[in-house]
Amino acid sequence: MTDVQLAAAQNVVVTIAETGETYRCRTDESLLTGMYRLGKRGIPVGCRGGGCSVCKVQITAGAYAQMRPMSREYVSDDDLAQGRVLACCVRPLEEVTVAVIGKLNKCVTRSGT
Amino acid sequence: MGVTGVMRPGHAQIRVLNLEEDAKFYREVLGLVETGRDAQDRVYFKAWDERDHHSLILRQSDKAGIDFFGFKVDSAATLDKLEGDLNAYGVKTERVPAGELLATGERVRFEVPTGHVIELYADKKDVGNGLPYSNPAPWCPQAEKGIAPTRMDHALLGGGDLDGARDIFINVLGFYLTEEVVAEDGKTQIAVWLSCSNKTHDIAFVRAPENGKLHHVSYWIETWERVLRAADIMSMNNVPVDIGPTRHGITRGATIYAFDRSGNRFETFSGGYISYPDMHKLTWPVEHLPEGLDYAQRKLHETFLTVFS
Repeated sequence: MTDVQLAAAQNVVVTIAETGETYRCRTDESLLTGMYRLGKRGIPVGCRGGGCSVCKVQITAGAYAQMRPMSREYVSDDDLAQGRVLACCVRPLEEVTVAVIGKLNKCVTRSGT
Repeated sequence: MGVTGVMRPGHAQIRVLNLEEDAKFYREVLGLVETGRDAQDRVYFKAWDERDHHSLILRQSDKAGIDFFGFKVDSAATLDKLEGDLNAYGVKTERVPAGELLATGERVRFEVPTGHVIELYADKKDVGNGLPYSNPAPWCPQAEKGIAPTRMDHALLGGGDLDGARDIFINVLGFYLTEEVVAEDGKTQIAVWLSCSNKTHDIAFVRAPENGKLHHVSYWIETWERVLRAADIMSMNNVPVDIGPTRHGITRGATIYAFDRSGNRFETFSGGYISYPDMHKLTWPVEHLPEGLDYAQRKLHETFLTVFS
């Protein structure tokens, strides 16, 4: 990230579709960083490195750019084509709306039961 | 002699999404020593006080997670015996030739029912810890570089058939159960801590919705004060922290859970108690998982049971 890019970073509004929660996210930070830095909630926060998928979102409106590699175990080519991405790895280029599809799945019972 | 058979965790091979970024992270932030690179472009590291050639191998991949976790056994004869014992127990094994990992002898590889690849080996080159074997100083400059754990300590792995994996470690490899988290039914184990030594755990398993998952690889730090120093270094370097610094009720260890640049969780861990195979296991009913995990805050960190790579 150069100083020129930093100086050019803007704040844009991100809307979480399910809750209507909005927050202002910088165009040089990830959707997830923008959310939790402001203490907002809605997208689950996991590894923040593209490895775990709990922050997976569907971008339903607005342009975005990928900042970091995402584990392809959780993001297929079809996902990429359809705007299903990890919120920790993409940054908004303009006002965007996201639907949360990542889950905090847990397994506390015996396998197969 | 106490520690025979399987002696200790010896290596973890971790998949990273950007090899040079994570190599830099493990070298400069965690403060491991880079000891080599091989023809497959894998990068090898050891903690400063470890003497064997490596304990962490990074491999570039488009998926994060763990390829395999290896244990050092006390001799080639033990390696042969344990391979036979595994086969007799119904576990298929294969031999990976010497040299496939740098400075490492032949490995016996098998898969446990949680979907993890486990390895045993008897030989890895002693490259030393930078200090002489006669009249050594207590530490060297590398001991102050980055977080600088002294060793790779254990791993926690996630998968479905925890029972099957646990049984292989206990019934075949000579591990014993030190602690467990048990579901509301009072029987089903949600997580188990297993030791092959005097440590509270050398490997642990947690029941997870998907097989073959990495929960964390843990690195040993000598004091709680240095765990706090690790927290400072993490924050200075924008490392995403999951839990801590705090103390686990389970194992009593001081801890920070955090993530590498590819979302693989690691732990900086200190303390705990000395364990022996004759000691009664410690049980944590799941309603006490909050203090088992974070004794200071008694807080249920949902990510403990949900975030894996």
